[in-house]
Amino acid sequence: MLLGVSVVVFAMVRAIPGDPAQILLGQAATPDQVADVRARLGLDQPLITQYLLFIRGALTGDLGDSLVVGQPVTTVLLERFPATLELTLAALLFAIAVGVPVGVIAAVRQYSLLDKITSVVALTGVSMPIFWLALVLVVVFTVRLDWLPFPGRVGGDVAFTSYTGLYLLDTLITLNFAAFWDVLRHLILPAVALGTIPMAVITRMTRSSMLEVMNEDYVRTARAKGVVPRRVVFRHALRNAMLPTITVIGLQFGLLMGGAILTETIFGWPGVGQIALESVNRRDYAMIQGVVLYGATFFVLVNLLVDVLYAVLDPRVRY
Amino acid sequence: MAEARLPKGSGGGPVGGQDLAAPETVRTRSRWADVRQTFVSNRLALFGLVVITLFALMAIFAPWLAPYDPVRDQFLSERFAGPSAEHLLGQDELGRDILSRIIYGARISLTAGLAAVTFATVGGTIVGLIAGYAGGWTDAALMRLMDVLLAFPSILLAIVIVSILGQGLTNALLAVGIILLPQMARVVRSAVISVRERDYVEAERAVGASNYRIVSSAILPNSMAPLIVQATLALATAVLDVAALSFLGLGARPPSPEWGAMLTDAFRSGFGVFTEGQHAIIFPGIAIALSVLAVNFIGDGLRDALDPRRRR
Repeated sequence: MLLGVSVVVFAMVRAIPGDPAQILLGQAATPDQVADVRARLGLDQPLITQYLLFIRGALTGDLGDSLVVGQPVTTVLLERFPATLELTLAALLFAIAVGVPVGVIAAVRQYSLLDKITSVVALTGVSMPIFWLALVLVVVFTVRLDWLPFPGRVGGDVAFTSYTGLYLLDTLITLNFAAFWDVLRHLILPAVALGTIPMAVITRMTRSSMLEVMNEDYVRTARAKGVVPRRVVFRHALRNAMLPTITVIGLQFGLLMGGAILTETIFGWPGVGQIALESVNRRDYAMIQGVVLYGATFFVLVNLLVDVLYAVLDPRVRY
Repeated sequence: MAEARLPKGSGGGPVGGQDLAAPETVRTRSRWADVRQTFVSNRLALFGLVVITLFALMAIFAPWLAPYDPVRDQFLSERFAGPSAEHLLGQDELGRDILSRIIYGARISLTAGLAAVTFATVGGTIVGLIAGYAGGWTDAALMRLMDVLLAFPSILLAIVIVSILGQGLTNALLAVGIILLPQMARVVRSAVISVRERDYVEAERAVGASNYRIVSSAILPNSMAPLIVQATLALATAVLDVAALSFLGLGARPPSPEWGAMLTDAFRSGFGVFTEGQHAIIFPGIAIALSVLAVNFIGDGLRDALDPRRRR
């Protein structure tokens, strides 16, 4: 799978028109200089050699130097990744914290007004262009209400030492609560914007799998035994209903990473998504290659994790 | 993911009529009348259909409906002027009439979405038919390729494709078509596999029909239902993704009144848009959200109508 991904990434990046050596040197470069840089970048090697070098590099964490920034791609990615991770996790947390309870309530009270409203709102959430939602959130919560800051990850006057790159964690372990509060406030809008579509998807999935499970024999048995309704819902039904929901959550990661590009662009969030767009605009081969390869790898790994989680949660699944 | 389900009975298949799954009550309506009935009784789906029809009419009759020219009528002194009698939805960063731009934008955004889905549907059908019908290593190879494409976060893949093809609306919609293609292929393939071994396909084969004939007269019509549902839902995604690419500056370019491009133009004009030009952000977004929502309602309605197991 990952091998296939690497071939596709390599092929796609090579298919991008424009000679990176030429771009690097600018229009004024002499052909000799261009040839020299091409040799240094390994671009004069046969494609298959280039691919093998690329694979060897990818496995050892060496993806070459970014043509534009001049730093190793891996360094740039590692530096940027925590910002994206923090944003993505916060968005996912928001999506789960809202999506699962609302889905459960909607299912338990099927056909109630609340259920109908939930269904419509969830479908609206799925249809929302997140770049628009992000802008509207800024209009409402920053401009109109002046509750939350925009843009960036942290206010200019806030100082703290960063160890992990996850600012929430950094400010927490250094017990710098003022900074923690500032970082948290910066995080809310982008996380909500990014988390809305996954939230809607999770709500829909939780609702429908809860409905299915609530009709199962073991739920009826539990009810007949006189188990209190709350326990039936949480203990008997929800645990089983969570399985499809978890699959969906895993799949949302791809969406979140795509959405991160839009969200980061709007909120001036210094993450991987921002650099993905930048590197495309500047034809930074090595950087695009790295971003796409790691993006896909991360996505595949998350889904692998979901499969493992499945086996843990569902005794019927054994590998 | 919605799995493709078997259509009960057959629309145009040679051995149509009653299926093995016995209905609880005897129905005398034809299958399509039944589908129509279910769809129409779904108020959200009907609402979606009405909204999309209005958008389509808006796109077709744009020159007659729009009060101003979407590109040329610039009133620079009226930058971000709010909604008024002359400009119902206000003016944008160049003083252009937002209503007119949204009306003309419907042409671009909806056509682009439709074109992307058409590309994905045709391509996906071909891949799915070949994979499902041929089986064996052809199937394995094609579906592995589809899996690899699905392994990429979709917007990221679209961005890379656009950078290969070059920026612009046509390439953006091609990119969206490519990222949507694998899911269409999967739906068609699973539908094909589920009908491949049916008796009526066997019968065709027995009378010596060619592969082409078997596929076109027996397999394809019986794989239509899940394909239609998937294509409708994909249209919603396509409209969103094309707008997203334009927003990132990779699709429609200014001064095009494409909805995503309208948003990015307003956004990139500076922070002033948040304070004075809020309507320049809100209205184009509503156009995108409303059309996508309408298409999603239709898709959900179709799925409920075409899949007897999901009926309430």
